[in-house]
Amino acid sequence: MNTCTPEIVVTGLGMVTPLGVGVESTWSALCQGKSGVGPITRFDTSGFKTTIAAEVKDFNAEDFMSKKEARKAERFIAYIIAASKMALDDAGLVIDSGNAERVGVFTGCGLGGLQTMEESRDVIVNRGPGRVSPFFIPMLIGNMGPGLIAIHFGAKGPNCSVATACAAGTHSVGEAMRILQHGQADAMITGGVESVITPLCIAGFNSMKALSTRNSEPEKASRPFDKERDGFVVGEGAGILILETREHAEKRGARIYATLAGYGMSGDAYHMTAPSPEGEGMARCMKSAIEDAGLPLEAVDYINAHGTSTQFNDLCETQAVKSLFGEHAYKLAISSTKSMTGHLLGGAGGVESVFTALTVYHDLIPPTINQESPDPECDLDYVPNQARKQVVNAAMNNSFGFGGTNASVIMKKFKA
Amino acid sequence: MSLEEKVKNIIVDKLGVEPDEVVEEASFVDDLGADSLDLVELIMSMEETFDLEISDEEAEKILKVKDAIEYIKAHT
Repeated sequence: MNTCTPEIVVTGLGMVTPLGVGVESTWSALCQGKSGVGPITRFDTSGFKTTIAAEVKDFNAEDFMSKKEARKAERFIAYIIAASKMALDDAGLVIDSGNAERVGVFTGCGLGGLQTMEESRDVIVNRGPGRVSPFFIPMLIGNMGPGLIAIHFGAKGPNCSVATACAAGTHSVGEAMRILQHGQADAMITGGVESVITPLCIAGFNSMKALSTRNSEPEKASRPFDKERDGFVVGEGAGILILETREHAEKRGARIYATLAGYGMSGDAYHMTAPSPEGEGMARCMKSAIEDAGLPLEAVDYINAHGTSTQFNDLCETQAVKSLFGEHAYKLAISSTKSMTGHLLGGAGGVESVFTALTVYHDLIPPTINQESPDPECDLDYVPNQARKQVVNAAMNNSFGFGGTNASVIMKKFKA
Repeated sequence: MSLEEKVKNIIVDKLGVEPDEVVEEASFVDDLGADSLDLVELIMSMEETFDLEISDEEAEKILKVKDAIEYIKAHT
Protein backbone atom coordinates (compact mmCIF):
# COMPACT_ATOMS: atom_id res chain seq x y z
CA MET A 1 0.00 0.00 0.00
CA ASN A 2 1.24 3.47 -0.70
CA THR A 3 1.39 6.07 2.01
CA CYS A 4 -1.74 7.94 0.94
CA THR A 5 -3.98 4.87 1.22
CA PRO A 6 -6.23 5.60 4.21
CA GLU A 7 -6.08 3.39 7.28
CA ILE A 8 -9.29 1.40 7.76
CA VAL A 9 -10.57 0.69 11.26
CA VAL A 10 -13.25 -1.47 12.87
CA THR A 11 -15.65 0.57 15.01
CA GLY A 12 -18.78 -1.54 15.45
CA LEU A 13 -19.68 -5.21 15.82
CA GLY A 14 -22.91 -7.16 15.72
CA MET A 15 -23.68 -10.88 15.80
CA VAL A 16 -26.46 -13.41 15.76
CA THR A 17 -24.94 -16.85 16.29
CA PRO A 18 -25.78 -20.30 17.67
CA LEU A 19 -24.02 -19.13 20.85
CA GLY A 20 -26.13 -16.04 21.39
CA VAL A 21 -28.03 -13.09 20.00
CA GLY A 22 -25.54 -10.29 20.52
CA VAL A 23 -21.80 -9.75 20.67
CA GLU A 24 -21.38 -10.08 24.43
CA SER A 25 -23.39 -13.28 24.80
CA THR A 26 -21.63 -14.90 21.86
CA TRP A 27 -18.13 -13.82 22.84
CA SER A 28 -18.63 -14.90 26.43
CA ALA A 29 -19.89 -18.37 25.43
CA LEU A 30 -17.09 -18.67 22.87
CA CYS A 31 -14.36 -17.93 25.37
CA GLN A 32 -15.93 -20.40 27.81
CA GLY A 33 -15.66 -23.09 25.15
CA LYS A 34 -19.39 -23.71 24.83
CA SER A 35 -20.82 -25.60 21.89
CA GLY A 36 -23.83 -24.26 19.99
CA VAL A 37 -24.55 -27.60 18.33
CA GLY A 38 -27.66 -29.65 19.07
CA PRO A 39 -30.41 -31.72 17.45
CA ILE A 40 -32.07 -30.05 14.45
CA THR A 41 -35.47 -28.63 15.45
CA ARG A 42 -36.39 -26.93 12.19
CA PHE A 43 -37.61 -30.00 10.31
CA ASP A 44 -38.21 -33.72 10.74
CA THR A 45 -34.80 -35.34 10.30
CA SER A 46 -36.11 -38.90 9.88
CA GLY A 47 -34.06 -40.61 7.21
CA PHE A 48 -31.24 -38.05 7.34
CA LYS A 49 -27.70 -39.21 8.05
CA THR A 50 -27.07 -35.99 9.97
CA THR A 51 -29.66 -34.86 12.51
CA ILE A 52 -27.64 -32.13 14.25
CA ALA A 53 -26.79 -28.50 13.50
CA ALA A 54 -25.87 -25.27 15.24
CA GLU A 55 -29.17 -23.40 15.28
CA VAL A 56 -29.70 -19.85 16.51
CA LYS A 57 -31.87 -19.97 19.63
CA ASP A 58 -34.18 -17.42 21.26
CA PHE A 59 -34.17 -15.05 18.30
CA ASN A 60 -37.19 -12.82 17.83
CA ALA A 61 -37.13 -10.88 14.56
CA GLU A 62 -39.64 -8.38 15.93
CA ASP A 63 -37.01 -7.18 18.41
CA PHE A 64 -35.20 -5.69 15.42
CA MET A 65 -37.89 -4.76 12.88
CA SER A 66 -41.60 -4.12 12.53
CA LYS A 67 -44.10 -6.95 12.63
CA LYS A 68 -44.74 -6.52 8.91
CA GLU A 69 -41.04 -6.59 8.04
CA ALA A 70 -40.51 -9.58 10.31
CA ARG A 71 -43.30 -11.51 8.64
CA LYS A 72 -41.75 -11.04 5.22
CA ALA A 73 -38.15 -11.55 6.25
CA GLU A 74 -36.43 -14.81 5.38
CA ARG A 75 -34.47 -15.98 8.36
CA PHE A 76 -31.16 -14.88 6.80
CA ILE A 77 -32.58 -11.39 6.27
CA ALA A 78 -33.78 -11.13 9.85
CA TYR A 79 -30.36 -12.19 11.15
CA ILE A 80 -28.42 -9.73 9.03
CA ILE A 81 -30.72 -6.81 9.85
CA ALA A 82 -30.42 -7.67 13.55
CA ALA A 83 -26.62 -7.92 13.42
CA SER A 84 -26.41 -4.66 11.44
CA LYS A 85 -28.55 -2.83 13.96
CA MET A 86 -26.33 -4.07 16.79
CA ALA A 87 -23.18 -3.06 14.90
CA LEU A 88 -24.44 0.43 14.04
CA ASP A 89 -25.56 0.97 17.64
CA ASP A 90 -22.21 -0.34 18.88
CA ALA A 91 -20.36 2.05 16.57
CA GLY A 92 -22.66 4.94 17.48
CA LEU A 93 -22.88 5.63 13.77
CA VAL A 94 -26.03 7.53 12.86
CA ILE A 95 -26.95 7.55 9.18
CA ASP A 96 -28.75 10.73 8.15
CA SER A 97 -29.23 12.87 5.06
CA GLY A 98 -25.80 14.43 5.61
CA ASN A 99 -23.79 11.20 5.38
CA ALA A 100 -26.16 8.64 3.79
CA GLU A 101 -24.42 8.59 0.41
CA ARG A 102 -21.04 7.99 2.08
CA VAL A 103 -22.18 4.90 4.01
CA GLY A 104 -22.26 1.67 2.00
CA VAL A 105 -23.08 -1.98 2.50
CA PHE A 106 -21.14 -5.03 1.31
CA THR A 107 -22.16 -8.40 2.70
CA GLY A 108 -21.75 -12.01 1.69
CA CYS A 109 -24.12 -14.94 1.60
CA GLY A 110 -23.42 -18.40 0.22
CA LEU A 111 -26.85 -19.70 -0.65
CA GLY A 112 -29.55 -17.13 0.18
CA GLY A 113 -33.16 -17.96 0.91
CA LEU A 114 -33.03 -21.72 0.55
CA GLN A 115 -35.90 -22.21 2.97
CA THR A 116 -38.15 -20.04 0.77
CA MET A 117 -36.95 -21.95 -2.28
CA GLU A 118 -37.91 -25.29 -0.77
CA GLU A 119 -41.30 -24.08 0.43
CA SER A 120 -42.04 -22.46 -2.93
CA ARG A 121 -41.14 -25.64 -4.75
CA ASP A 122 -43.91 -27.36 -2.75
CA VAL A 123 -46.30 -24.56 -3.71
CA ILE A 124 -45.66 -24.80 -7.45
CA VAL A 125 -45.91 -28.60 -7.41
CA ASN A 126 -49.00 -28.85 -5.23
CA ARG A 127 -50.91 -25.65 -6.00
CA GLY A 128 -49.64 -24.45 -9.38
CA PRO A 129 -47.48 -21.61 -10.72
CA GLY A 130 -50.13 -18.97 -10.03
CA ARG A 131 -49.72 -19.52 -6.29
CA VAL A 132 -45.99 -18.76 -6.07
CA SER A 133 -45.60 -15.70 -3.84
CA PRO A 134 -44.52 -12.38 -5.36
CA PHE A 135 -42.03 -12.36 -2.48
CA PHE A 136 -40.39 -15.60 -3.58
CA ILE A 137 -37.64 -14.00 -5.70
CA PRO A 138 -36.96 -11.10 -3.28
CA MET A 139 -36.64 -13.56 -0.40
CA LEU A 140 -34.42 -15.91 -2.35
CA ILE A 141 -31.64 -13.66 -3.62
CA GLY A 142 -28.60 -13.26 -1.40
CA ASN A 143 -28.07 -9.59 -2.18
CA MET A 144 -31.39 -8.78 -0.53
CA GLY A 145 -29.18 -8.77 2.58
CA PRO A 146 -27.35 -5.55 1.69
CA GLY A 147 -30.47 -4.32 -0.10
CA LEU A 148 -32.62 -4.47 2.99
CA ILE A 149 -29.85 -3.23 5.29
CA ALA A 150 -29.69 -0.12 3.09
CA ILE A 151 -33.46 0.27 3.05
CA HIS A 152 -33.70 -0.27 6.78
CA PHE A 153 -30.95 2.11 7.86
CA GLY A 154 -30.86 4.53 4.91
CA ALA A 155 -27.32 3.76 3.70
CA LYS A 156 -27.13 5.08 0.14
CA GLY A 157 -23.47 4.40 -0.64
CA PRO A 158 -22.07 1.41 -2.57
CA ASN A 159 -24.33 -1.62 -2.18
CA CYS A 160 -23.01 -5.02 -3.13
CA SER A 161 -22.90 -8.70 -2.26
CA VAL A 162 -20.73 -11.66 -3.11
CA ALA A 163 -21.77 -15.31 -3.26
CA THR A 164 -18.39 -16.98 -2.83
CA ALA A 165 -19.74 -19.89 -0.78
CA CYS A 166 -17.98 -20.27 2.58
CA ALA A 167 -15.59 -17.40 1.80
CA ALA A 168 -18.36 -14.85 1.14
CA GLY A 169 -18.19 -13.14 4.53
CA THR A 170 -14.44 -12.62 4.44
CA HIS A 171 -14.45 -11.53 0.81
CA SER A 172 -17.06 -8.95 1.77
CA VAL A 173 -14.98 -7.54 4.60
CA GLY A 174 -12.01 -7.27 2.25
CA GLU A 175 -14.01 -5.71 -0.57
CA ALA A 176 -15.59 -3.21 1.82
CA MET A 177 -12.07 -2.28 2.93
CA ARG A 178 -11.11 -1.65 -0.72
CA ILE A 179 -14.16 0.59 -1.26
CA LEU A 180 -13.06 2.69 1.72
CA GLN A 181 -9.42 2.73 0.57
CA HIS A 182 -10.54 3.93 -2.84
CA GLY A 183 -12.47 6.80 -1.29
CA GLN A 184 -15.87 5.59 -2.51
CA ALA A 185 -17.34 5.71 1.01
CA ASP A 186 -16.44 6.85 4.53
CA ALA A 187 -18.07 3.94 6.35
CA MET A 188 -19.17 0.45 5.35
CA ILE A 189 -21.54 -2.07 6.91
CA THR A 190 -19.99 -5.43 6.08
CA GLY A 191 -19.87 -9.10 7.00
CA GLY A 192 -21.77 -12.24 6.15
CA VAL A 193 -24.88 -14.24 6.81
CA GLU A 194 -26.39 -17.65 6.22
CA SER A 195 -29.42 -19.60 7.36
CA VAL A 196 -29.88 -22.85 5.50
CA ILE A 197 -30.69 -25.50 8.10
CA THR A 198 -33.15 -27.03 5.65
CA PRO A 199 -33.82 -30.53 4.33
CA LEU A 200 -32.20 -29.90 0.92
CA CYS A 201 -29.09 -28.33 2.41
CA ILE A 202 -28.47 -31.08 4.95
CA ALA A 203 -29.26 -33.80 2.38
CA GLY A 204 -26.97 -32.21 -0.19
CA PHE A 205 -24.02 -31.85 2.16
CA ASN A 206 -24.70 -35.37 3.46
CA SER A 207 -24.48 -36.75 -0.06
CA MET A 208 -21.07 -35.08 -0.37
CA LYS A 209 -20.10 -36.81 2.90
CA ALA A 210 -19.13 -33.37 4.16
CA LEU A 211 -21.11 -33.37 7.41
CA SER A 212 -20.39 -34.89 10.80
CA THR A 213 -22.76 -37.73 11.65
CA ARG A 214 -21.87 -37.72 15.34
CA ASN A 215 -25.58 -37.33 16.08
CA SER A 216 -25.42 -38.88 19.55
CA GLU A 217 -22.87 -36.32 20.78
CA PRO A 218 -23.82 -33.03 19.10
CA GLU A 219 -21.53 -30.91 21.26
CA LYS A 220 -18.54 -33.01 20.24
CA ALA A 221 -19.39 -33.15 16.53
CA SER A 222 -17.42 -30.09 15.40
CA ARG A 223 -13.82 -30.96 16.26
CA PRO A 224 -11.49 -29.20 13.83
CA PHE A 225 -7.93 -30.59 13.66
CA ASP A 226 -8.80 -33.46 16.04
CA LYS A 227 -7.97 -36.92 14.75
CA GLU A 228 -11.56 -38.11 15.22
CA ARG A 229 -13.12 -35.32 13.15
CA ASP A 230 -15.72 -36.59 10.71
CA GLY A 231 -17.05 -33.55 8.91
CA PHE A 232 -18.49 -30.12 9.57
CA VAL A 233 -21.66 -29.09 11.36
CA VAL A 234 -23.97 -26.63 9.61
CA GLY A 235 -24.40 -23.43 11.60
CA GLU A 236 -26.37 -20.28 10.95
CA GLY A 237 -26.32 -16.61 11.85
CA ALA A 238 -24.76 -13.32 10.88
CA GLY A 239 -21.68 -11.31 11.76
CA ILE A 240 -21.48 -7.62 10.87
CA LEU A 241 -18.68 -5.09 11.24
CA ILE A 242 -18.72 -1.34 10.80
CA LEU A 243 -15.57 -0.25 8.96
CA GLU A 244 -14.53 3.37 8.61
CA THR A 245 -11.55 5.33 7.48
CA ARG A 246 -9.48 6.25 10.51
CA GLU A 247 -10.06 9.91 9.77
CA HIS A 248 -13.82 9.49 9.75
CA ALA A 249 -13.80 7.39 12.92
CA GLU A 250 -11.54 9.77 14.84
CA LYS A 251 -13.46 12.82 13.74
CA ARG A 252 -16.58 11.48 15.42
CA GLY A 253 -14.68 10.09 18.40
CA ALA A 254 -15.54 6.45 17.75
CA ARG A 255 -14.17 3.59 19.82
CA ILE A 256 -11.79 1.58 17.61
CA TYR A 257 -11.48 -2.21 18.01
CA ALA A 258 -8.69 -2.81 15.51
CA THR A 259 -7.12 -1.72 12.25
CA LEU A 260 -8.14 -3.77 9.23
CA ALA A 261 -4.70 -3.98 7.74
CA GLY A 262 -4.74 -6.42 4.85
CA TYR A 263 -6.82 -8.46 2.45
CA GLY A 264 -5.76 -11.32 0.22
CA MET A 265 -7.43 -13.66 -2.22
CA SER A 266 -6.55 -16.61 -4.38
CA GLY A 267 -8.15 -19.25 -6.56
CA ASP A 268 -7.24 -22.94 -6.38
CA ALA A 269 -7.94 -23.82 -10.03
CA TYR A 270 -8.05 -27.41 -8.88
CA HIS A 271 -11.38 -29.00 -7.88
CA MET A 272 -15.01 -28.01 -7.27
CA THR A 273 -14.96 -28.89 -3.60
CA ALA A 274 -11.56 -30.26 -2.53
CA PRO A 275 -8.79 -27.83 -1.57
CA SER A 276 -5.69 -27.92 -3.76
CA PRO A 277 -3.01 -30.36 -2.54
CA GLU A 278 -1.13 -29.30 0.59
CA GLY A 279 -3.23 -26.16 0.76
CA GLU A 280 -1.24 -24.48 -1.99
CA GLY A 281 -4.08 -22.06 -2.84
CA MET A 282 -4.73 -21.33 0.84
CA ALA A 283 -1.06 -20.49 1.40
CA ARG A 284 -1.02 -18.06 -1.53
CA CYS A 285 -4.16 -16.42 -0.17
CA MET A 286 -2.66 -15.89 3.31
CA LYS A 287 0.58 -14.64 1.78
CA SER A 288 -1.20 -12.04 -0.29
CA ALA A 289 -3.11 -10.75 2.76
CA ILE A 290 0.07 -10.47 4.82
CA GLU A 291 1.84 -8.64 1.98
CA ASP A 292 -1.13 -6.32 1.61
CA ALA A 293 -0.84 -5.52 5.32
CA GLY A 294 2.87 -4.82 4.85
CA LEU A 295 3.76 -7.11 7.75
CA PRO A 296 6.56 -9.64 8.11
CA LEU A 297 5.29 -13.22 8.45
CA GLU A 298 6.55 -13.34 12.04
CA ALA A 299 4.21 -10.50 12.99
CA VAL A 300 1.16 -12.76 12.77
CA ASP A 301 0.33 -13.89 16.32
CA TYR A 302 -2.98 -15.60 15.72
CA ILE A 303 -5.04 -17.18 12.94
CA ASN A 304 -8.78 -17.66 13.17
CA ALA A 305 -8.68 -20.70 10.93
CA HIS A 306 -11.24 -21.77 8.38
CA GLY A 307 -10.98 -25.06 10.37
CA THR A 308 -14.19 -26.73 9.26
CA SER A 309 -13.65 -30.13 10.92
CA THR A 310 -13.47 -31.97 7.61
CA GLN A 311 -10.50 -34.25 6.97
CA PHE A 312 -9.30 -32.34 3.94
CA ASN A 313 -9.75 -28.75 5.03
CA ASP A 314 -8.01 -29.09 8.36
CA LEU A 315 -5.11 -31.06 6.95
CA CYS A 316 -4.62 -28.72 3.98
CA GLU A 317 -4.97 -25.58 6.09
CA THR A 318 -2.36 -26.91 8.52
CA GLN A 319 -0.03 -27.75 5.63
CA ALA A 320 -0.61 -24.30 4.15
CA VAL A 321 0.28 -22.57 7.42
CA LYS A 322 3.46 -24.67 7.70
CA SER A 323 4.53 -24.07 4.12
CA LEU A 324 3.98 -20.32 4.38
CA PHE A 325 5.23 -19.59 7.90
CA GLY A 326 7.98 -22.22 8.28
CA GLU A 327 9.20 -22.35 11.89
CA HIS A 328 6.86 -19.53 12.88
CA ALA A 329 3.92 -21.88 12.16
CA TYR A 330 4.70 -23.62 15.46
CA LYS A 331 4.84 -20.35 17.40
CA LEU A 332 1.63 -18.69 16.31
CA ALA A 333 -1.73 -19.58 17.83
CA ILE A 334 -4.52 -20.99 15.66
CA SER A 335 -8.10 -21.66 16.64
CA SER A 336 -11.23 -22.72 14.88
CA THR A 337 -14.26 -21.08 16.42
CA LYS A 338 -16.34 -23.39 14.20
CA SER A 339 -15.74 -25.98 16.91
CA MET A 340 -18.37 -24.00 18.85
CA THR A 341 -20.48 -22.10 16.30
CA GLY A 342 -20.56 -24.78 13.63
CA HIS A 343 -19.88 -23.69 10.07
CA LEU A 344 -21.94 -20.63 9.15
CA LEU A 345 -21.02 -21.04 5.46
CA GLY A 346 -21.43 -17.58 3.88
CA GLY A 347 -21.83 -16.15 7.38
CA ALA A 348 -18.61 -17.71 8.68
CA GLY A 349 -16.30 -14.96 7.47
CA GLY A 350 -18.58 -12.37 9.03
CA VAL A 351 -18.68 -13.80 12.54
CA GLU A 352 -15.06 -14.91 12.39
CA SER A 353 -13.96 -11.41 11.37
CA VAL A 354 -15.88 -10.14 14.39
CA PHE A 355 -14.10 -12.73 16.56
CA THR A 356 -10.75 -11.72 15.09
CA ALA A 357 -11.40 -8.06 15.91
CA LEU A 358 -12.39 -9.01 19.47
CA THR A 359 -9.31 -11.19 19.86
CA VAL A 360 -7.05 -8.28 18.91
CA TYR A 361 -9.03 -5.86 21.07
CA HIS A 362 -9.20 -8.02 24.21
CA ASP A 363 -5.92 -9.96 23.83
CA LEU A 364 -8.00 -13.07 24.42
CA ILE A 365 -7.86 -16.05 22.05
CA PRO A 366 -10.94 -18.26 21.85
CA PRO A 367 -10.19 -21.99 21.97
CA THR A 368 -10.70 -24.87 19.58
CA ILE A 369 -12.88 -27.22 21.60
CA ASN A 370 -13.13 -31.01 21.36
CA GLN A 371 -9.37 -31.48 21.13
CA GLU A 372 -9.17 -34.99 22.54
CA SER A 373 -7.18 -37.11 20.10
CA PRO A 374 -4.24 -35.29 18.52
CA ASP A 375 -3.84 -35.84 14.78
CA PRO A 376 -0.12 -36.32 14.03
CA GLU A 377 -0.64 -34.48 10.75
CA CYS A 378 -2.29 -31.53 12.48
CA ASP A 379 0.41 -30.68 14.99
CA LEU A 380 0.20 -26.91 15.43
CA ASP A 381 -0.98 -24.91 18.45
CA TYR A 382 -4.76 -24.93 18.04
CA VAL A 383 -5.39 -23.35 21.49
CA PRO A 384 -6.98 -26.60 22.67
CA ASN A 385 -10.14 -26.52 24.77
CA GLN A 386 -9.40 -23.38 26.79
CA ALA A 387 -9.31 -19.72 25.85
CA ARG A 388 -5.92 -18.08 26.26
CA LYS A 389 -5.01 -14.61 27.47
CA GLN A 390 -2.20 -13.52 25.19
CA VAL A 391 -1.13 -10.30 23.51
CA VAL A 392 -2.28 -10.38 19.90
CA ASN A 393 -0.80 -7.59 17.82
CA ALA A 394 -1.80 -9.01 14.45
CA ALA A 395 -4.33 -11.67 13.57
CA MET A 396 -5.56 -13.26 10.37
CA ASN A 397 -8.98 -14.63 9.53
CA ASN A 398 -9.15 -17.34 6.86
CA SER A 399 -12.14 -18.42 4.79
CA PHE A 400 -12.06 -20.92 1.95
CA GLY A 401 -15.03 -21.74 -0.25
CA PHE A 402 -16.21 -24.41 -2.65
CA GLY A 403 -15.14 -23.51 -6.14
CA GLY A 404 -11.62 -23.10 -4.83
CA THR A 405 -12.12 -19.50 -3.71
CA ASN A 406 -10.00 -18.24 -0.83
CA ALA A 407 -10.02 -15.05 1.25
CA SER A 408 -7.97 -13.83 4.22
CA VAL A 409 -8.05 -10.58 6.15
CA ILE A 410 -5.53 -9.23 8.65
CA MET A 411 -6.36 -7.15 11.68
CA LYS A 412 -3.81 -5.47 13.87
CA LYS A 413 -3.85 -3.51 17.08
CA PHE A 414 -4.95 0.06 16.55
CA LYS A 415 -2.15 2.49 17.39
CA ALA A 416 -3.55 5.82 18.52
CA MET B 1 -66.42 -16.94 10.65
CA SER B 2 -68.13 -14.37 8.43
CA LEU B 3 -66.81 -13.47 4.99
CA GLU B 4 -65.84 -10.02 6.27
CA GLU B 5 -63.87 -11.53 9.12
CA LYS B 6 -62.07 -13.91 6.79
CA VAL B 7 -61.06 -11.03 4.51
CA LYS B 8 -59.88 -8.94 7.44
CA ASN B 9 -57.83 -11.84 8.79
CA ILE B 10 -56.07 -12.19 5.44
CA ILE B 11 -55.28 -8.48 5.41
CA VAL B 12 -53.97 -8.52 8.99
CA ASP B 13 -51.80 -11.51 8.19
CA LYS B 14 -50.42 -10.38 4.83
CA LEU B 15 -49.91 -6.70 5.62
CA GLY B 16 -48.84 -7.12 9.23
CA VAL B 17 -51.33 -4.48 10.41
CA GLU B 18 -53.43 -4.38 13.58
CA PRO B 19 -57.01 -5.71 13.26
CA ASP B 20 -58.55 -2.39 14.27
CA GLU B 21 -56.82 -0.64 11.36
CA VAL B 22 -58.68 -2.82 8.88
CA VAL B 23 -61.85 -0.75 8.49
CA GLU B 24 -63.94 -0.96 5.34
CA GLU B 25 -62.94 2.49 4.10
CA ALA B 26 -59.20 1.81 4.54
CA SER B 27 -57.09 1.98 1.38
CA PHE B 28 -54.55 -0.82 1.07
CA VAL B 29 -51.82 1.49 -0.19
CA ASP B 30 -52.55 4.78 1.56
CA ASP B 31 -53.80 3.55 4.93
CA LEU B 32 -52.41 0.04 5.35
CA GLY B 33 -48.95 0.55 3.84
CA ALA B 34 -49.19 -2.04 1.07
CA ASP B 35 -46.78 -1.92 -1.87
CA SER B 36 -47.28 -3.49 -5.29
CA LEU B 37 -45.96 -6.89 -4.18
CA ASP B 38 -48.17 -6.86 -1.08
CA LEU B 39 -51.20 -6.24 -3.29
CA VAL B 40 -50.36 -9.21 -5.51
CA GLU B 41 -49.93 -11.44 -2.48
CA LEU B 42 -53.17 -10.19 -0.96
CA ILE B 43 -55.16 -10.94 -4.10
CA MET B 44 -53.55 -14.38 -4.39
CA SER B 45 -54.47 -15.17 -0.83
CA MET B 46 -58.09 -14.11 -1.39
CA GLU B 47 -58.26 -16.20 -4.56
CA GLU B 48 -57.04 -19.22 -2.66
CA THR B 49 -59.24 -18.72 0.41
CA PHE B 50 -62.44 -18.13 -1.56
CA ASP B 51 -61.60 -20.36 -4.54
CA LEU B 52 -61.75 -17.49 -7.03
CA GLU B 53 -59.87 -16.31 -10.09
CA ILE B 54 -59.42 -12.54 -9.96
CA SER B 55 -58.13 -11.11 -13.25
CA ASP B 56 -55.43 -8.42 -13.21
CA GLU B 57 -57.96 -5.89 -14.54
CA GLU B 58 -60.39 -6.66 -11.74
CA ALA B 59 -57.65 -6.71 -9.15
CA GLU B 60 -56.61 -3.20 -10.10
CA LYS B 61 -60.04 -1.95 -8.99
CA ILE B 62 -59.69 -3.47 -5.52
CA LEU B 63 -58.23 -0.50 -3.71
CA LYS B 64 -59.99 -0.49 -0.38
CA VAL B 65 -61.01 -3.14 2.13
CA LYS B 66 -64.65 -2.72 1.15
CA ASP B 67 -63.78 -3.26 -2.55
CA ALA B 68 -62.37 -6.65 -1.67
CA ILE B 69 -65.36 -7.62 0.46
CA GLU B 70 -67.84 -6.51 -2.22
CA TYR B 71 -65.95 -8.29 -4.99
CA ILE B 72 -65.84 -11.55 -3.06
CA LYS B 73 -69.53 -11.29 -2.10
CA ALA B 74 -70.46 -10.80 -5.75
CA HIS B 75 -68.36 -13.72 -6.99
CA THR B 76 -68.91 -16.48 -4.42
